[in-house]
Amino acid sequence: MKFFTTVCVCIFMVCRLQAQTDMDAIMLNKNVLCVGGMYSHNSWKNYWEGTFKRDNENLGTVSTQMIGIMGNYGITSKLNVLFNLPYVQTKATNGTLKGLKGVQDLGLSVKYKIHTFSIGKKSRLAAFAIGNFSFPVTNYVADFLPMSIGLHSKNLTFRGMLDYQLGKFFTTASGYYTLRSNIRIDRTAYYDTEMHLTNEVDMPNVAGFNARAGYRSRTWIAEAVLDNMNTLGGFDIRKNDMPFPSNKMNATMTGVNFKYSFARALRGLELTAGAKYTVAGRNVGQATIVNGGVFYLMDFSKKHATYEN
Amino acid sequence: MKTNLSYKLLMVTVLSALVYWSCSKDLNDRSDSYPALTPTSIDLDAGTWKPVLLTTPGEFAVAAPVATNTPAYIAELNEIKGLQRNLSDNDKKIIQYWSAGAVLRWNEILRELVAKYNLPPYQNPDNTYPAPSAANPFAYPYFPFANPPYAARAYAYVSAAQYDALVATWHYKKLYNRAAPYKVDSLVQALVPRSDLPSYPSEDAAVAGAAVEMLKLLFPGEVAYIQQKADEQERYRIMAGANVRSEIEAGEALGKLVAQKFSARGRADRAGQAIGNPDIWKKFETDTEAKGEVCWFSLESPKRPPMLPLFSKVKGFLCDSMDIINMRPAPPPSTSSQQFKEETEEVLYYSQHPTRDRLRIVHFWADGAGTYTPAGHWDAIAADEFVKEHYSEVRWARNYALINMALMDAAIACWDAKYFYFNPRPSQSDPNIKTLTGVPNFPSYTSGHSTFSAAAATVLTHLLPDRGSKFNDMATEASMSRLYGAIHYRSDCTMGLESGRKVGERAVLRAQTDGAE
Repeated sequence: MKFFTTVCVCIFMVCRLQAQTDMDAIMLNKNVLCVGGMYSHNSWKNYWEGTFKRDNENLGTVSTQMIGIMGNYGITSKLNVLFNLPYVQTKATNGTLKGLKGVQDLGLSVKYKIHTFSIGKKSRLAAFAIGNFSFPVTNYVADFLPMSIGLHSKNLTFRGMLDYQLGKFFTTASGYYTLRSNIRIDRTAYYDTEMHLTNEVDMPNVAGFNARAGYRSRTWIAEAVLDNMNTLGGFDIRKNDMPFPSNKMNATMTGVNFKYSFARALRGLELTAGAKYTVAGRNVGQATIVNGGVFYLMDFSKKHATYEN
Repeated sequence: MKTNLSYKLLMVTVLSALVYWSCSKDLNDRSDSYPALTPTSIDLDAGTWKPVLLTTPGEFAVAAPVATNTPAYIAELNEIKGLQRNLSDNDKKIIQYWSAGAVLRWNEILRELVAKYNLPPYQNPDNTYPAPSAANPFAYPYFPFANPPYAARAYAYVSAAQYDALVATWHYKKLYNRAAPYKVDSLVQALVPRSDLPSYPSEDAAVAGAAVEMLKLLFPGEVAYIQQKADEQERYRIMAGANVRSEIEAGEALGKLVAQKFSARGRADRAGQAIGNPDIWKKFETDTEAKGEVCWFSLESPKRPPMLPLFSKVKGFLCDSMDIINMRPAPPPSTSSQQFKEETEEVLYYSQHPTRDRLRIVHFWADGAGTYTPAGHWDAIAADEFVKEHYSEVRWARNYALINMALMDAAIACWDAKYFYFNPRPSQSDPNIKTLTGVPNFPSYTSGHSTFSAAAATVLTHLLPDRGSKFNDMATEASMSRLYGAIHYRSDCTMGLESGRKVGERAVLRAQTDGAE
């Protein structure tokens, strides 16, 4: 069921919260509601200035902490809607730059299970389509990277996903494309690769993929994850320049996730934990992310079958 | 299920169409919307205005043009007609771009170069810092590091050289009184607004020639780019039917000769030595300690040498070195005084209590690394105002020269105070002070932003009195942005404003007596 670990989509040093449910194959049954909270800690010391990997003694280690609330509701067992809303706080251990904090972007998703194909007795293949729209709910500062809490664009993401299950083992693969709106910053001119005399910044779109494989039962899920994002356009941070929201931010991360679902008296309670590490990047911090969450399932239907793999 | 799927697909399509429509990717760049220059006055007598460095407007000779009925001139008209028969869309875009004004466009180009080169060098493996070299501008760190004082000086030299070039141009325009090609031959189309201004020598070419010559000195790594821009601009004048080639050539040659005078001055104005050396850097510390004050140190890691400590010795356009010393602000509160303690606490308050509106102010005015610097910001503010005034090119140049000479001298005056007092930044006095923008790598007192802003605002208020307190209000906001950002004490800001105003008044005095008012 709801594997509510977060995916910190690492946007330079900024995190955008996405419910992992946007990219897993688990659906809630009709009239089941899952809500909960999660915490994540993202930190990096090294970062890529274009392709040049460096550290910066004027920043030390930059960390982003996030607390989010999330929810998922089964309209039917094939159609789920989800939301998430994070509060983000940034901090650098060295130098003078002050961290920022605030409520970031509200994410709303629709997840649809298109079809399930049975292959023999023990295996099946399911196809999903997921749409996510996220938008800033506060007027936070985008143009103060790496201390900004987000990039302030509105994002519309389309994701196609296939899930293959053999007994209790599974593999899920998805690809996505994100349209990003222009943003407005507080200054009236900026230089990327040329001068722009405007406060408006063209945010390049983003595409990537996610692959995960592991063990999935009613009680446990354990999986390994590979996550990738590529900015389709954007520009490299110049040597010793500050990062900018429309940089070409690419990252590939690997990690593991776990979930435990309680039974009997604690039925409905779920705990999640995960960790990820950035193995390759461009104009992003080489982040290590750990996270954990607590969720609770409420079944408003008559029959008590809460989820379906 | 089928209905459900189609419903969802429809929803997603509608939603994406809405979102995509609501976030069109086209940027609304102010510079694209500037109209073609249509001066309300051609300032025909500008050849009598007081130049900055020229001894007389006719110091450099410009030969008389040939008569408009000669075969040579008629051949030049044929060049225009030939170009006008085959204008591409790109040609039309070039005409539209440059017709907004030569001085305006070259100021924008300069602002872009400053932003491109305004990056502090990355450290060496041994934690020292390399210095850019004018002799080898293409090797990292690229020359120049266009930091705020360097940029202020660059804007001043380019503006003042263009102004003098145009005073000389206007002198010959009136003297030779050659009509524009579209007036001589009705078959030549005017693709820019028609003007009664004599067209020999070309004012656009004089501006371009002055820019090319000045930028060889100031941005030697960009000579090829600059020349390409100048060539494009000169072709634009011919395509637009506004100048024949010989008018362009005469204007460019005149602009270059005038600018060479400025280049020669620039090579000897002591800016080349402003970086100092380790002995000089050390002396600031010992001098400050001898006064019993806490001395500034770099908050960067590894520690970076202070930015252009001898910029105070640079030869100003409006103030000489005695003026700078006489105008030096009174000492800042002693680092051991109660007032200093209170001012540090005030900075800590702003550090710990940022509001969204104060953050907007901090970032609007930050003009830090990778930007066109405070001087460029004020040039941008001036550009938006000047566009509304429909100035002639020579008045554009004159007003930019006044503002930018004030900004350069403001840099000199401010750097004098900074290194005379060598006062620590708030985050040095209290490490709990975290900043909302980068801490500049030079002493605190007085605030550069305050000095620059008051100088520019004083000149702008004089030039555009109908704007009331607009520019002074902006200067005050720019000044306070440094306190809100927790990188300056209040004294730095208020004394910086006062000092900037004094420099600005020098430019106003010049404006009142240069013959343009």
